[in-house]
Amino acid sequence: MTDADGAARRRSVLAVVPPARPRKLAKVPFVELADGRLQGVVSSGSDIERVYVSSVTAGSHAYHCSTNNNRPCGGLRGAPCKHLESLADEAVLQYGVDRVARYLRVDAGDGTQTGVELLSRLDARHEPTSAAVVFSRFLRHLAYLEFPASTTVLPELHWFPSTGAGR
Amino acid sequence: MLGTQLAQLRDSTPTGLTDADDVVAGFDDALLRGFARVGEQDATALTALAGAVAGTPLGERGAEAVGKVTAGSVGQEHLAALAGARTALLGATHDALLDQLDTALGRHRTPWAPTGEAGDPSPARAAARSWLHETALAGWRGVDHELLSAVGTPVEAALAEPESRRLAVLLDGLAAELRAGLPVATMPQVPVRRWADLWARGVLLAQDGPAPATVTATERVTGRLLPLGVDVHEHETAVQVQLHAILEPADATAPRLVRVTVGAAKVATIGGPAVWRLLSAYPVLLTAIAQRRALAVIDLPAQGGDLHWVDGQAQAGEPADPFATARVLLGTAAATAIPPLDRHPVAIAEPVLLEGYVVHDGGLAVDLDGHRLAVALDRLPASGPLTPALVAASSSCLGLVRWDDGRWLVQPLAVQATVKRRPVEAHNGDWADGVTDPKVAKAEARSGDAVAVLRERAGRLLRR
Repeated sequence: MTDADGAARRRSVLAVVPPARPRKLAKVPFVELADGRLQGVVSSGSDIERVYVSSVTAGSHAYHCSTNNNRPCGGLRGAPCKHLESLADEAVLQYGVDRVARYLRVDAGDGTQTGVELLSRLDARHEPTSAAVVFSRFLRHLAYLEFPASTTVLPELHWFPSTGAGR
Repeated sequence: MLGTQLAQLRDSTPTGLTDADDVVAGFDDALLRGFARVGEQDATALTALAGAVAGTPLGERGAEAVGKVTAGSVGQEHLAALAGARTALLGATHDALLDQLDTALGRHRTPWAPTGEAGDPSPARAAARSWLHETALAGWRGVDHELLSAVGTPVEAALAEPESRRLAVLLDGLAAELRAGLPVATMPQVPVRRWADLWARGVLLAQDGPAPATVTATERVTGRLLPLGVDVHEHETAVQVQLHAILEPADATAPRLVRVTVGAAKVATIGGPAVWRLLSAYPVLLTAIAQRRALAVIDLPAQGGDLHWVDGQAQAGEPADPFATARVLLGTAAATAIPPLDRHPVAIAEPVLLEGYVVHDGGLAVDLDGHRLAVALDRLPASGPLTPALVAASSSCLGLVRWDDGRWLVQPLAVQATVKRRPVEAHNGDWADGVTDPKVAKAEARSGDAVAVLRERAGRLLRR
């Protein structure tokens, strides 16, 4: 019953978002492609209480990195700092290089495998942005783990079967 | 399930199914382009949708809504009428298909008993209605970063209200897909049926009507619960485990097909077998699932075929082989109808036992006495031991009969197979108490404990 426009048109159940690939979260607990940015939070290597908020804007490729209190990252000296590099590397692990490149609107080219390599292909420039939006998204992200488990039936989840066996 | 039953399914397609599907497809295409400016083709499609419900109580509202949409002044109430009409058509499709399946299987189904009362108006639902309205005006092709960032408000509000949890989980799942699809105009294939399904369900859940989550239990049950298999649902921020089982009531009434559902909120980086650890509040249930044991349940609240799990009112009992349970009881156990607003072909999930089949196409289809049935290999969860290879090597399968895109499928929940000339058995819930496959356990250990890392971060950063 599919028409000429493609097999997905009349399917109710299909995987639109591939499941996130497993990665270690210790260094970069949070990465997302949202709000028109690759953005996330990188744990400080020296201070367990401190985190850096890093982002790269899709299209313009403006980047920024600061502490969550908006103190600029000392590593930004005319080029992306090591936090941005970690962020990009982990984003590629989680989403795959193609999805990150498509979202940032950059040509990944052949042979680009890591986030650092992808960053080097950007015509990037530094542009300060507020850490608040990203950091509050991170806190909301963490808050999901605070909700208690529930026995409420969610019939809508029949549209979202778990997939990815044997990956 | 027998070959003759499959043949009966194939040969008795409900009347009007294709027509209903075409009407729905017309609406779905209109939603791709959005309702801000409706072209002639989409106006015709919307008129057809209103026409399809003309003889029902929705008829007048449907016709009025189409008039408003085509005139370019669509309000939230008109979208509700259109979502209602689409839902009614797919609900009728669900009923016709399930009736056909029940007839083929000889399965008795207890009718739905009305419950629930109108909920109080909620700010979360109002915010959701407004976002869904804007989305419908923009159409999927018009969705941008700004609109997707705006979904945060209704999601956050809905998460804060336990009775709006369904809405929150739905919006989160839809928004994540739209985000991944941006810009939609360059997507090779826009999943228009799927997104319209989610949009329409969202619009209905966002109405201040009967509150589905606060529906009170209509009865209490005591008896022996014999597990059949586990269906796992998951998107970035939610996981749900649905155990299909047969209840033998203590009062010696007829055995019933029931479901037990437990779920948790999560984040995208928690997946695979780690999701079981989010359900540690239900140790008795998880142990029974992992060890394939029967459960004695005492005075458990129930609503139709759904048992509301209370871990303290259950005890894991003797080993109970799900295949044996299915062989002995599945043919006679009675099912229960689901609430009308939840009816949609995706909700069809009927447990069946398939035996003595021939596998085709690497597990993508099975052949029972010359009758083929497609296998939903893309519904094998990463949180369990089933793989396409095991399904391909199988000779018996416990599964759920599903319907999608005009065809019946079976979703495996457990298989008995022969691997290297030895019999093996795998069930979706085998890892509920921890991964039992050393290779998978090692891979899990390599990527570290995501739950623990995020909880540590939450502990340090959240309560400031």
